[in-house]
Amino acid sequence: MNTSLILLILAFVGLVGYFAGGRHAMALVGGLSSKLHSRPGYYGSFVAIWAIVPAVVILFVWLVASPIYISSSIRGAFPEDVKAQSEAEQGLAYGMISSIARGMNALTNEEIERIGSNPVDLRAALATKGVPLAGDPKPYMVKAAGDLNVMTDISRITMTIVVLAASLAGAFLAYRQIAPRFRARNRVEKAILVSLVVASSIAILTTVGIVLSMLTEATHFFTHIPAWEFFFGTVWDPRFAAAGSGGSEGQFGLIPLLLGTLYIGFVAMLFAVPIGLFSAIYMSEYASPKVRSVAKPLLEVLAGIPTIVYGFFALTTVGPFLRDLSSQLNGLVTGNYSNFIQAQSVLTAGFVMGIMLIPYVSSLSDDIITAVPRALRDGSLGLGATRSETIKKVVLPAALPGIVGALLMTASRAVGETMIVVLAAGVAARMQINPFEPMTTVTVKIVNQLTGDLEFTSPQTLVAFALGITLFVITLCLNIYALYIVRKYREQYE
Amino acid sequence: MTDVVSPVAGISKPKAARRDIGIKRRYAAERRFRAYGIAALAFGIIFLMVLLWSVVSKGYTAFQQTMITMPVEFSQQVIDPQNERAANPQKLMTANYPIVARNALAKVLGVGADDRVGLRSVGQMLSDGVRVQLRDMVVANPAIIGTTQTVTLLASGDIDSAFKGQIDLNVAQENRKVNDQQIKWMTQLADSGALAKHFNGGIFVNGASSRPEAAGVGVALIGSFYMMLIVLVLALPIGVAASIYLEEFAPKNRFTDLIEVNINNLAAVPSIVYGLLGLAVFVNFMGMPRSASFVGGLVLTLMTLPTIIIATRAALKAVPPSIRAAALGLGASKMQAIFHHVLPLAMPGILTGTIIGLAHALGETAPLLLIGMVAFVANYPTTPLDPSTALPVQIYMWANEAERAFVERTSGAIIILLLFLILMNVGAILLRRRFERRW
Repeated sequence: MNTSLILLILAFVGLVGYFAGGRHAMALVGGLSSKLHSRPGYYGSFVAIWAIVPAVVILFVWLVASPIYISSSIRGAFPEDVKAQSEAEQGLAYGMISSIARGMNALTNEEIERIGSNPVDLRAALATKGVPLAGDPKPYMVKAAGDLNVMTDISRITMTIVVLAASLAGAFLAYRQIAPRFRARNRVEKAILVSLVVASSIAILTTVGIVLSMLTEATHFFTHIPAWEFFFGTVWDPRFAAAGSGGSEGQFGLIPLLLGTLYIGFVAMLFAVPIGLFSAIYMSEYASPKVRSVAKPLLEVLAGIPTIVYGFFALTTVGPFLRDLSSQLNGLVTGNYSNFIQAQSVLTAGFVMGIMLIPYVSSLSDDIITAVPRALRDGSLGLGATRSETIKKVVLPAALPGIVGALLMTASRAVGETMIVVLAAGVAARMQINPFEPMTTVTVKIVNQLTGDLEFTSPQTLVAFALGITLFVITLCLNIYALYIVRKYREQYE
Repeated sequence: MTDVVSPVAGISKPKAARRDIGIKRRYAAERRFRAYGIAALAFGIIFLMVLLWSVVSKGYTAFQQTMITMPVEFSQQVIDPQNERAANPQKLMTANYPIVARNALAKVLGVGADDRVGLRSVGQMLSDGVRVQLRDMVVANPAIIGTTQTVTLLASGDIDSAFKGQIDLNVAQENRKVNDQQIKWMTQLADSGALAKHFNGGIFVNGASSRPEAAGVGVALIGSFYMMLIVLVLALPIGVAASIYLEEFAPKNRFTDLIEVNINNLAAVPSIVYGLLGLAVFVNFMGMPRSASFVGGLVLTLMTLPTIIIATRAALKAVPPSIRAAALGLGASKMQAIFHHVLPLAMPGILTGTIIGLAHALGETAPLLLIGMVAFVANYPTTPLDPSTALPVQIYMWANEAERAFVERTSGAIIILLLFLILMNVGAILLRRRFERRW
């Protein structure tokens, strides 16, 4: 029986349990629900929970554990010469066995007998069923595939029986417990509370997952390439991973990527900070409510546009525009119409990213400026300062820590931004200071290394995880520090 | 007691000229400062306009497609010369349909059957997609073989671009993709009304194609739809449950503090990191299929959860404590007070936050690139476990194509994406307007 059918049956058992439980409780007190400890629905839910939850837990544990167990026992039965081969070769052999097994399920019994164990015939027969094999199967593989199918079938049947039995047993036991003074509501609420706790720990699990997955893969990478070569290397030249060869060692220097990331982020902040800050000041201090109610949502539309759209805008509009502009300028000044700004450049990417960041800067600092107490402004205005003087000398200094926090958060966004730089910054990892030339970033290289064919053993793939953990740590530090500043600042005025 | 003051007060000073306190300069500074603010705001809004204008002006033509309507003779000679289709139905699948279309067009244009160069030029005016279109017609109704039908066929991408005026005809013939003869034919066909722009339904339903005129976002739309469904089904209940716990039940201790800091940080983790997580955990460790919208949905769920949790907590916080107190006072348990009274009142705020989170997830590209959704998928995925792409990923792939006609397609796809986002955001705003309560 397949998994979704089992789940459907469980849901049905639960539903029946729900109604039966409720009815049973009512019957026990002769239809007077006031004599029950809890409302009848709680008795029903109690039965339903016992019918479904333990069974589902068993089901999922089984689904995760049984393939692992089966694969290890199949691999354990490999002939000695195969066991002597490398981990990757054994993986390939196992992959072949599982596709043979899949194909054999599609064949009829007569076909299997007719083929016997002739590998070439088997391969041809499987191909007609839409299961292509990478090579001619060896006899031990055919036998292992048969074992695999048998074990899978046994596991499936046992699982179905065990799960359904658990469900029925749970429902039955819970049903038996129902009594007028039985505190069903408290039990059900306890179960709900547990599920709430589980849901909120998913946030923790996500973080743990991020850190663990990246750390393990990055550690694999550092067994190929020493950590100091990665963190302090100045040349990025990963070479290509040739399939099966294990990959020729390239050079994986983080520094050029990091410089590119910081440079582009810096250019972006150069555009975003003044524009965003001035917009925030204007909207919170000068604008009439009417202007504010139009301008603020308009600016926030910029934050809602997907970054891929910005990337495309940079690639097809801003980049060519800057390139043509530079060639015209160059022509006017020197008479030589060659462009000095590349279409893909630090400037293009930084500028477009700056536009994207404007709403972040403005809405974050808007909140912070509005949080500065009215009394400070009134005091300053009352002493005869103009509005701009009040803002420059009183409001901004008071809001400074909060604004710095907001800028740090924006900076972390600039560092982690991907699509704009993938399309507009270029792919050449270079160390230079000309903003008109292309540079590349950490995120671009993560995308480059992980699109296309992957081999989880080559440093060319694994380096992406080392880059990822670097990125994660940088943004995490920026954010924690920013949150700390903002929180501290907020306390100051509360 | 006025001794101290009187000497000063007593002296009647001659009225001195007003002390210069730089009022003019200060007012000028004030005006300047204000102007900076207006300029900054205007700059932001102007760039929003430029961005939208650049996308729309490049992309609106993608919703029209040049097509040629003409009589097509389904000649037995070309499709099935040996008359073996009864015995071998496969014959109809592999017949040379482009020749059928080319001959029809050649006939309309008056190009002779022996003019091979001319015939090749004629053939280039039609899209490669005519093969599928004519084949489907014939397979559906083999009786039309030997008859002549009026059919509307896709023109090739180059003719489409030329007809829309996107190809500079002043460039020398050798350096552009349509030659002068084709342009002449095109004008001739357009004058006779055979060649015209039709509404391009194909862009909404077609799958990936290397021919721009036949490429569409159909597969990507399905993929995105699956993913949004998965995000909604997973992220909304989990997010609401987590926020209820944190907001209403959680004791103040180290553990809940940790969760709280965690959620705030997860909201700021770069999206590409979620892609790495998905690749390492879901694809590599758990062995889920690459390129599947199911995995994409899981990754986007994890990414959207913090947004939903933050919005839900704000909505729960906005429900006044008096509601809880009243319910508790009437004998409801804490759980009942929350699920029966607080949660329904907070629902509009929760849904608004969820829609905004979904809109964010819909536009997200980077994590999907890493789990292999950059795939050339021409067939519709039937389940979320089949390979598929997503709308923003399709945009990314088209953006990397060199052909001119793909720029138009890309912008068209962006318009579709933006329309969906506008729809979702307007929905969120309406929801908030309609149901939001001020306490």
